[in-house]
Amino acid sequence: MIDLIEVYKIYFANLENEVRALDGITLHIGKGEFVAIVGQSGSGKSTCMNIIGCLDVPTQGEYIINDVNVAHYSDDALAALRNKTLGFVFQQYNLIGKLNILENVELPLIYGGYTPKERREMAMEALERVGLTNRILHFPNELSGGQQQRVSIARALVTKPQVILADEPTGALDSKTGIEILELLQELNREGCTVVLITHDTHIASYAKRTVSLQDGKITSDRVKGGLLS
Amino acid sequence: MNTKQAFFMAIKSLKNSKMRSFLTMLGIIIGVASVIILISLINGMTGEITSQFEGMGTNLLSVNLMGRGGNMTGNHSANIDTMEELVEDNPEYLAAMSPVVSVSSATVKYETYNVTASCTGISENYGSIRNYAVETGRFISYIDVENRHKVCVLGSYEVEELFGTEDPLGQTIKINGEEFTVIGTLPEKADSAEASNDDIILIPYTTAMQLASNARLSSYVFQATSGDVVKQAKTTIENALYTIYQSDDSYMVMSQAEMLEQMDELTGTMELILVGIAAISLLVGGIGIMNIMLVIVTERIREIGIRKSLGAKKRDILGQFLIESATTSALGGVVGIIVGIVVAYIFGALFDLSISPSLFSIILAFGVSVMIGIVFGYLPANKAAKLNPIDALRHE
Repeated sequence: MIDLIEVYKIYFANLENEVRALDGITLHIGKGEFVAIVGQSGSGKSTCMNIIGCLDVPTQGEYIINDVNVAHYSDDALAALRNKTLGFVFQQYNLIGKLNILENVELPLIYGGYTPKERREMAMEALERVGLTNRILHFPNELSGGQQQRVSIARALVTKPQVILADEPTGALDSKTGIEILELLQELNREGCTVVLITHDTHIASYAKRTVSLQDGKITSDRVKGGLLS
Repeated sequence: MNTKQAFFMAIKSLKNSKMRSFLTMLGIIIGVASVIILISLINGMTGEITSQFEGMGTNLLSVNLMGRGGNMTGNHSANIDTMEELVEDNPEYLAAMSPVVSVSSATVKYETYNVTASCTGISENYGSIRNYAVETGRFISYIDVENRHKVCVLGSYEVEELFGTEDPLGQTIKINGEEFTVIGTLPEKADSAEASNDDIILIPYTTAMQLASNARLSSYVFQATSGDVVKQAKTTIENALYTIYQSDDSYMVMSQAEMLEQMDELTGTMELILVGIAAISLLVGGIGIMNIMLVIVTERIREIGIRKSLGAKKRDILGQFLIESATTSALGGVVGIIVGIVVAYIFGALFDLSISPSLFSIILAFGVSVMIGIVFGYLPANKAAKLNPIDALRHE
């Protein structure tokens, strides 16, 4: 499903202040996995997520998603991939304040070229999945943090993506709401969606089936719940 | 994303900041409104002048002798007899001739009423040359001219101003202090407006020469036998005058058509200058739009990042911002067109000018304003489209 092979992301290459955000990472994530990528700030986990999320391209190395090497894809091809294959859940929810809940969830479908009727049906389905059908005409700032994060999950899964990337999804929430969100991600995973969770918190990472630890751009450990992998 | 969607999004975004949108549009509104006003006024003016000229007939030729009529060459100079001979010798081209003596801004009095009018001294032929038929009374006759009778024919403007409903025939008026008898009146041609074809006083040219203390005739008007031979008629007159003066600097022969052409050229130049000024204001308006769009793009960097992370392509973002700026300026254009037409009509009513806003100028103004939105919106929109999604997402 997702294969990172010898991936480097180097800023200011060959200069004195060279920064190796990712320093030769090789990582395989299979279909249907729930992987947490854990690391302190500066460990390279965000860069890793950007590359997995096709928001950025590696300086060197291969990135294969769905058997396609996208390391050197054009901007537009990457955009199409983000639209169809990937779903993002951000720490700050990243909903658009001027659009109501329904419009926010419909947004990826607009770029996917669906008709208005299809968009509405699919968006309602996704909102039903996260239990927010009664709030569709509200605006994001009229909802609580947990509700906003559920909207952003609905937005992430509305295109029926193969991979959901969650970047510190509980970072802005209290622990009880955070757990609800994590449980929602677990549910989505059980339904067959590959979930990649980025966090600095090992406790949150424990909701995943597999934990990959990063430090200084290198993988330091890779363990599956209840045992070590490789 | 389709255009309709982007259009509604643009309207929404305009509504969200009404004051800013209005100020952004103001430049375009003023530019478009001034184009419409200027073109309406010039069109109206040109139309008025053209219809005045056309009212005179198309087969007229005016002859002006310059300086002292070329008397320096000594023994020979053109006079009324020369002109009369010209008509007699060329019956195939020339139908009639009359001298024209202008007594400009003469003070005209009847009892306690007075007006300032231009008095024109003419011969008995003038009526047929200019298609003047009297409404009441009679026209100036050969006898009047020969005997320097102090008689006059009044245009309908003078009749209205001096006599109101009174019958002017046989009354005595004073022109520059001299007493004249009214022998005829002309029918109304242009609503009896001031400075129109109805603002006219005709007197015998011999009397006019006395009144203007002008010893020499320098202006004549000829009537060609038909509109088709105006050119030949002109050449005939010019040749005759050249034989007399041996120089073409001493006279000027101009046909009605040429005068119209000159008028057209003049208003055309005026139009060009005024529209040029309006174009500058449109340019400034466009820069205003570009400026505000740059601000809007900066304000919405995060939103652009979100859209990109959800799969928006470069052209989606480019399209969204282009449509937004085009909508802004098109809306400004529509408001400008409405303001322009309203103001033009108010001007027209205030200064008694005829107004004709042309459909062409309206379409042009709208098209130009949409184009301005696209041209000046391109730079900011392109800036937005080129943003790197990660940088945009991180932007606070």
